[in-house]
Amino acid sequence: MKRFTELFIHLDRTNKTNEKVEALKSYFLTAPDEDKIWALAVFTGRRPPSVFKRGQLHEWAMELAGIPEWLFRESYGSVGDLAETISLILPVSPSSGERTLNELFTSLIDLGKASEQEKKDFLVNTWRQLSPYEVFVFNKLLMGSLRIGVSATLVIRAIGEATGQDPAVITHRIMGQWDPVTTSFNDLIHSKNSADELSKPYPFYLAYAIEGSLEDLGEAHEWFAEWKWDGIRSQVILRKSQLFVWSRGEELVTDKFPELHAMKNPLPDGTVIDGEILCFENDRPMPFNVLQTRIGRKNVTKKILSEAPIVLMGYDVLEYDGRDLRNETQEYRRRLLEQIAASIDLPVFRLSPLVDFPTWDDLRAQHSQSRERGAEGFMIKRKAATYQVGRKKGDWWKWKVDPLSVDAVLVYAAKGSGRRSELFTDYTFAVWDNDKLITFAKAYSGLTDEEIKEVDKFIRQNTLEKFGPVRTVKPELVFEIGFEGINKSTRHKSGIAVRFPRMLRWRKDKPVSEADTLENLKGILEQFG
Amino acid sequence: MSSPLLQFTSSGIFCPDAKVHIDPWQPVERAIITHAHSDHAKAGNKQYLAHKDSESILRLRLGDDIQLQTVSYGEPVIINGIKFSLHPAGHIIGSAQVRVERNGEVWVAGGDYKIQDDNFSVPFEVVRCHTFITESTFGLPIYKWPVQKLVMDEILEWWKQNQVEGKASVLMGYALGKMQRLIVNLQPFPGPVFAHGAVFNVNQRLREAGSDLPFIAFASDIEKKEFRHALVLAPPSAAGSSWLKRFEPYSTGFCSGWMAVRGGKNRRAIDRGFVLSDHADWNDLNVTIPETGAERVFVTHGFTDVFARWLNEKGIEAHEVKTEYGDEQEETNAETIG
Repeated sequence: MKRFTELFIHLDRTNKTNEKVEALKSYFLTAPDEDKIWALAVFTGRRPPSVFKRGQLHEWAMELAGIPEWLFRESYGSVGDLAETISLILPVSPSSGERTLNELFTSLIDLGKASEQEKKDFLVNTWRQLSPYEVFVFNKLLMGSLRIGVSATLVIRAIGEATGQDPAVITHRIMGQWDPVTTSFNDLIHSKNSADELSKPYPFYLAYAIEGSLEDLGEAHEWFAEWKWDGIRSQVILRKSQLFVWSRGEELVTDKFPELHAMKNPLPDGTVIDGEILCFENDRPMPFNVLQTRIGRKNVTKKILSEAPIVLMGYDVLEYDGRDLRNETQEYRRRLLEQIAASIDLPVFRLSPLVDFPTWDDLRAQHSQSRERGAEGFMIKRKAATYQVGRKKGDWWKWKVDPLSVDAVLVYAAKGSGRRSELFTDYTFAVWDNDKLITFAKAYSGLTDEEIKEVDKFIRQNTLEKFGPVRTVKPELVFEIGFEGINKSTRHKSGIAVRFPRMLRWRKDKPVSEADTLENLKGILEQFG
Repeated sequence: MSSPLLQFTSSGIFCPDAKVHIDPWQPVERAIITHAHSDHAKAGNKQYLAHKDSESILRLRLGDDIQLQTVSYGEPVIINGIKFSLHPAGHIIGSAQVRVERNGEVWVAGGDYKIQDDNFSVPFEVVRCHTFITESTFGLPIYKWPVQKLVMDEILEWWKQNQVEGKASVLMGYALGKMQRLIVNLQPFPGPVFAHGAVFNVNQRLREAGSDLPFIAFASDIEKKEFRHALVLAPPSAAGSSWLKRFEPYSTGFCSGWMAVRGGKNRRAIDRGFVLSDHADWNDLNVTIPETGAERVFVTHGFTDVFARWLNEKGIEAHEVKTEYGDEQEETNAETIG
């Protein structure tokens, strides 16, 4: 735990890529093998088994520290993070035996069936053996909320440098399904043909938002443009007569989309299609929240299948007939994809249509149709592009439509977490419904640090009421709230739910009376919902 | 019945019998000053009384012409039959608790205090009393200071690492108190040390008044390459200022009790936070207050409501009092020039 904590401290202290890679590399060179696999599991977003409830951690920590509930709450309010609060209130213990990550994680797994008393004994003993900072990192691991500030790309680079392996190979190996309990670090990184190779997706190629003008990209005829769909980016993989569906979040979602199993027969073995899963009806995408409700369900029932039918909107083909096509050109892969689509002819598989644009101006002219088509804008891809790994600039660009927006009034505020735990940064916004303000969205991002400070000060001086952590604020500040989509909602009082709300601008020029109304929002819903 | 020995008024802590205020924030006739930090020592009072080690800084900040009487620790001063004396508070050099006695009834105003010996100011002494006025800047159980030696080692390690990387080490903290504590405890220095003007002025005043401090050069007239291995001592106001440019490349460190919480460091644009405070931590408050034997406690600046409630639950009668003294953070923000 000591070594992993040191690594965490190192990573936490620097924002320089090279220093982060160095720290990771040194960890992967020196840590015990059985620990590395756990570290990698953590870095790739795998959570240790969840053995404790937050309430238990909190209760046992209070007991050990000898403080009452209300004082714990005050402390938590000041720190803003449960794992850290516990690490700070526990008595500082003198003993500090080293417990390896592997020991700790293995114990956690064994505790799954243990009694509450056994769990408590384990936790209290472990806390006693760790330094405060180790307690913090350990608690974060327990809660599955350790945010390390390193991307998968950096971890892969570090492991590559530490092991001498090709980063692309490592990426492929650590994607997909493996269990740190049954997998050793060496097997995962070095073994040539692991059995689960079959299901592994390719790392997704991701685009950056376009910078500058379209003309900077060069000649229009060197590029493809497609509509940018808002669903779940996925790979459908068929190998050895088995079909797998992977989401971009590296989750295996095969069972969630039984409709796609129809692709199994017509496709040849050794095929990987990259596309977007969308709920689709009457030739157009349904709102994203239809797909969202479907993902949330444990069982895919007949009812869901009929209410939220999906399609795979095909973007690309990465493997065909067992051959990795990622080094072929976009144009080559597109032509092949068109042939595949024509030959299998299934309603569940649709070809993402290309946009016709002899000149950049022609493309510009069509951008405004995005919302009507249920798309978020364009994806622009160089015809000569290979299929790359991760987010890369140069060959793929996304060009999104401007967000929808309304001017809304700040009415509630709560403190943020982490870096913002002492500032009021979580805001709730309202629009006018006749002479009343009705809330419709929460937003956390979009302001500069300076603006946050100013708003924070305003909130402290203009609090009307306190409800636990939430303050009612004098309705005086107006912000332009941007969002990507809008839907009807039965859960919100306003009857409206917006997607990805954020603050675009502080409208210091607008008095509260000029904020938008619920009627305005309903108008947007009618047009774009 | 006579009036209480001390009262809390809109001007500060007040002794009606002696017509004396302690650390008033409005100008008054006669003020006893616990220590020379700007939130406790305000300008505009007619007469001042303070510990002799506070004199040089009080005159630097409030003017050479203030009417100031100084005393040693424990030396009684009788005003209108009320007996006043100052006792070590261990907060910074010259800092004092004010003991007030009338007919055997004793009140102590603790001012700002810390229990840890910083090897520079005279260590805190418990003064037995009936009523104790305590600060509560760090009156939450999340604030527990590491041993001073460990923090100094951590700072030295950071400085040496910066030397390896060819960076200057810019260490920030309150110019009065924190900086002298660092100078005394970081010795022997593994490299050259320079001071920002605010720190330089305070150091020079204290040296002239006889403090045992080494000379630390003013950071302005130095050739840039000299900074590569140097420690630069600066007030918090230096953070993000153009004054820092001359030290590039550099790493910044910040010394404060608030650094105990990750958010405390992350909110400031600094590279490293060091947990070093001149206030009592949670454990120290909880040990010290019972040791005074006080039957009644007034809790001032800090987590007043929380700490007063905690004391009451522990069976010590406690009341929350609003004052205008800053917390360590406000102090450091307010302090720009010596």
